[in-house]
Amino acid sequence: MIDHPTRDAGFGVYLHWPFCLAKCPYCDFNSHVRAKPVDEARFVAAFRREIAASAALTPGRTVTSIFLGGGTPSLMQPQTVAALIDAVAAAWPVAPDAEVTLEANPTSVEAERFRGYRAAGVNRVSLGVQALNDADLRRLGRLHTAQEALAAVAVAAAHFERTSFDLIYARPGQTSAAWAAELREAIAHAAEHLSLYQLTIEPDTWFERLYKAGKLVLPTPEEARALYDVTQEICEAAGLPAYEISNHARPGAESRHNLLYWRYGEYVGLGPGAHGRIVTAQGRIATATEKHPETWLELVERNGHGVVTQEVLTAEEEGDEFLLMGLRLREGVDPRRYEALAGRPLDERRIADLLGEGLITRRIGARLAVTPVGFPVLDAVVADLAA
Amino acid sequence: MPSKPIEHIRNFSIVAHIDHGKSTLADRLIQKTGALAEREMVEQVLDSMDIERERGITIKAQTVRLEYPARDGKTYILNLMDTPGHVDFAYEVSRSLAACEGSLLVVDASQGVEAQTLANVYQAIEANHEIVPVLNKIDLPAAEPERVKEQIEEVIGIDASGAIPISAKTGLNIEEVLEAIVTRLPPPQGDEEAPLKALLVDSWYDAYLGVVVLVRVVDGVLKKGMQIRMMGTGATYGIDRIGVFRPKMTDVERLGPGEVGFLTASIKEVADTRVGDTITEERRPTAHPLPGFKPVQPVVFCGLFPVDAADFENLRAALGKLRLNDASFSYEMETSAALGFGFRCGFLGLLHLEIIQERLEREFNLDLIATAPSVVYRIALKSGEVKELHNPADMPDVMKIESIEEPWIRATILTPDDYLGGILKLCQDRRGEQVDLNYVGKRAMVVYDLPLNEVVFDFYDRLKSISKGYASFDYHLTDYREGDLVKMQILVNGEPVDALSMLVHRSRAEARGRAMCEKLKDLIPQHLFQIPIQAAIGGKIIARETIRALRKDVTAKCYGGDITRKRKLLEKQKEGKKRMRQFGKVEIPQEAFIQALKMES
Repeated sequence: MIDHPTRDAGFGVYLHWPFCLAKCPYCDFNSHVRAKPVDEARFVAAFRREIAASAALTPGRTVTSIFLGGGTPSLMQPQTVAALIDAVAAAWPVAPDAEVTLEANPTSVEAERFRGYRAAGVNRVSLGVQALNDADLRRLGRLHTAQEALAAVAVAAAHFERTSFDLIYARPGQTSAAWAAELREAIAHAAEHLSLYQLTIEPDTWFERLYKAGKLVLPTPEEARALYDVTQEICEAAGLPAYEISNHARPGAESRHNLLYWRYGEYVGLGPGAHGRIVTAQGRIATATEKHPETWLELVERNGHGVVTQEVLTAEEEGDEFLLMGLRLREGVDPRRYEALAGRPLDERRIADLLGEGLITRRIGARLAVTPVGFPVLDAVVADLAA
Repeated sequence: MPSKPIEHIRNFSIVAHIDHGKSTLADRLIQKTGALAEREMVEQVLDSMDIERERGITIKAQTVRLEYPARDGKTYILNLMDTPGHVDFAYEVSRSLAACEGSLLVVDASQGVEAQTLANVYQAIEANHEIVPVLNKIDLPAAEPERVKEQIEEVIGIDASGAIPISAKTGLNIEEVLEAIVTRLPPPQGDEEAPLKALLVDSWYDAYLGVVVLVRVVDGVLKKGMQIRMMGTGATYGIDRIGVFRPKMTDVERLGPGEVGFLTASIKEVADTRVGDTITEERRPTAHPLPGFKPVQPVVFCGLFPVDAADFENLRAALGKLRLNDASFSYEMETSAALGFGFRCGFLGLLHLEIIQERLEREFNLDLIATAPSVVYRIALKSGEVKELHNPADMPDVMKIESIEEPWIRATILTPDDYLGGILKLCQDRRGEQVDLNYVGKRAMVVYDLPLNEVVFDFYDRLKSISKGYASFDYHLTDYREGDLVKMQILVNGEPVDALSMLVHRSRAEARGRAMCEKLKDLIPQHLFQIPIQAAIGGKIIARETIRALRKDVTAKCYGGDITRKRKLLEKQKEGKKRMRQFGKVEIPQEAFIQALKMES
């Protein structure tokens, strides 16, 4: 019996809200700043049509998670969020314990809407805190202070039983000691889940320009490794072990929607610039929608959906994606599922080499998992196994 | 057309350093005698290959027959033999010179005598040539004819008082040169009645005519339809065509003593003709073949591998085609764990190697990796057997070896004295033995005996950089000497990498080993584990570097929207890995070999 085959991993719905008040200099997500207020009603109508079209392709599924990501979904009015969730519930059956997450900025303005989001059906929020010192928040282009962020975290905890927040570390000039202190403070405010990302220079971002001009000095691989190690140490001691490279949770409090990605389950991606993976009679299909918000709107209004690329993945591609995602999890992957997807087994010699180096380990049920020593060099491990 | 009386023939060559104007002067002589109409002139008429024109060197001997109405009222036949100017082709040069009675020594009046001029002029003197010094580029403001004349007398030891000042570029005094050829060079001598005796000067492959043989008749007469014999190889042929170059090929009925021309005789391959061989008549052979015939021996070897393994057959075909026209290089198949299938090729020297490599890349559009050049070692085994070693990979077990001999050269270097110190140190570092050192004005002439092994490894590049390009260098093989030579292996993570092993002198092994390890340290990407890189002689490690294990390589954020992008990156990575060569657990990119094998500069 193979663990987590596609259907067992659940069925998720991702909804992308592509607007922000300001573009953060590190962010390469599909986010746009608009001078005029966004016509939310028009977007809701388009989302409804795209949801319906998507449901027609995925009959028989029961939604186990909904994720409202962005952009900044907390810029939506609560009734907009309610309309979107209702549209999903009208299109597919939704499991009674479905996880409904909304990403939010930790400002006082948005905190005021939390009650409304709760009423709309959101049961989990994820806040983009990013840092707990004001100088770094400014450098990261954030529009809130540390104090304001922590206040928003408290308001969220009062309204939602499940909350999480993000921090970015390995910032320019950040020492291990400073980060350790900041992380301990964060944990003191964290409920059950934390996402801790090392700062990455993404293509076509403002930070990339600064970096290339030599005006942004990142930690060396050695320093980044030390920061990673201290992060694991502190979180484990606090009962928030990593269940994925950058995600920490109390046992049972993992993000179910994100687990779906890493377990290579099925999900639809709706809204501008969203990606989906659905299993059909022809195989697993990768979908992507038009990125530009207003163009997406027009496409949906004309065609009923905004999908611009839709391709059937080859066995090799499925195998690659499965490894790429699955090995990010502490629970690892089932090699038999790899074989079923890729149409070939993993190379035993490479497995033996990696086991020998202590970078991977065998878990119960013949699962292969990356060890704490292997996680910091995961991309190289994946490249080795996938070769 | 009847042959000219022998006293109206002059056969001559031009001796010059690269860039001193040999080809331009030849162009002017052709123009002046009207052999080619103005519109037919291209620059450097005699250098027919692109590579010859571009690099200003002549690879194949060429000849042109000029008719010159001299001031004495008689018309003379002047045969200009254009010889390869480079030491790699020294034997070909000596055969071309043997076909002439005199030489023009062309010296750039602004530069003076260079090392290559010396080597070639000495060869001309050895061939008993009458020598007419010509000072070229006299029109340049930097020209110093008086000083250069002194230099010629001092260094070469010939009378330069009658040197002709010219400008090949402007055409100044070209007439004087033609007149000097007639009046100062002797006519050839030969007996028309004697059995045929002709020198095979060179040969090449022509797509329409097959193999074309360039000959100089010494005695007797060469006629169409005659049955001839190559005395060195013993092969016989019936002559199809006889002719001369004006410079276009023109058929004639016969070639008499002293004449230079070509013949075709349904010869299949250039390899069937040997430069220096004596051609005689099958029916009435000469009893005295010409002296000095020796088959060519490659001196420098290297492996040539296609960058793309799929090009192997193309490389084989290209080598075959080049060899059709150049019998002096050899090739045989070779396999390397690092580089796959390729060929071990033998060359006359470093320039020859470069030319062949460049032609393969340019004319056949091949991407090649060349392994470090090596020389031919003579290995005396304890069993009494003597082996020639062309490839370090074939080195026999050390326990079976009695001694190893390596080829030595005598190198002549001419340099402005500012760079003398650096050059002496370079020669000394390369195990050189000083033979001579003297000054000619502000230039020093250094003569060193050096192991060829040390010269094929970046010597020329170092010399150029030390002297900022001002030093000139020439060499010829002298002898084989016993040396304390060892095979140095490069181990990556404990695995020997065949393509990187080399024979080195024990005293130089550590330095070379260290340099190679340092280079590889930067060329091999970090792996998930630490990789030792070692240079070893037998079991003994003489140098070591370590590539540290990768410390951090992980994507921080990866969710549903990122999968496609990350998968594409992974695909690229997998593609890259496919192009790498596996040594044990270590994957080495092909680019690393290319870089590591490049001679240091």
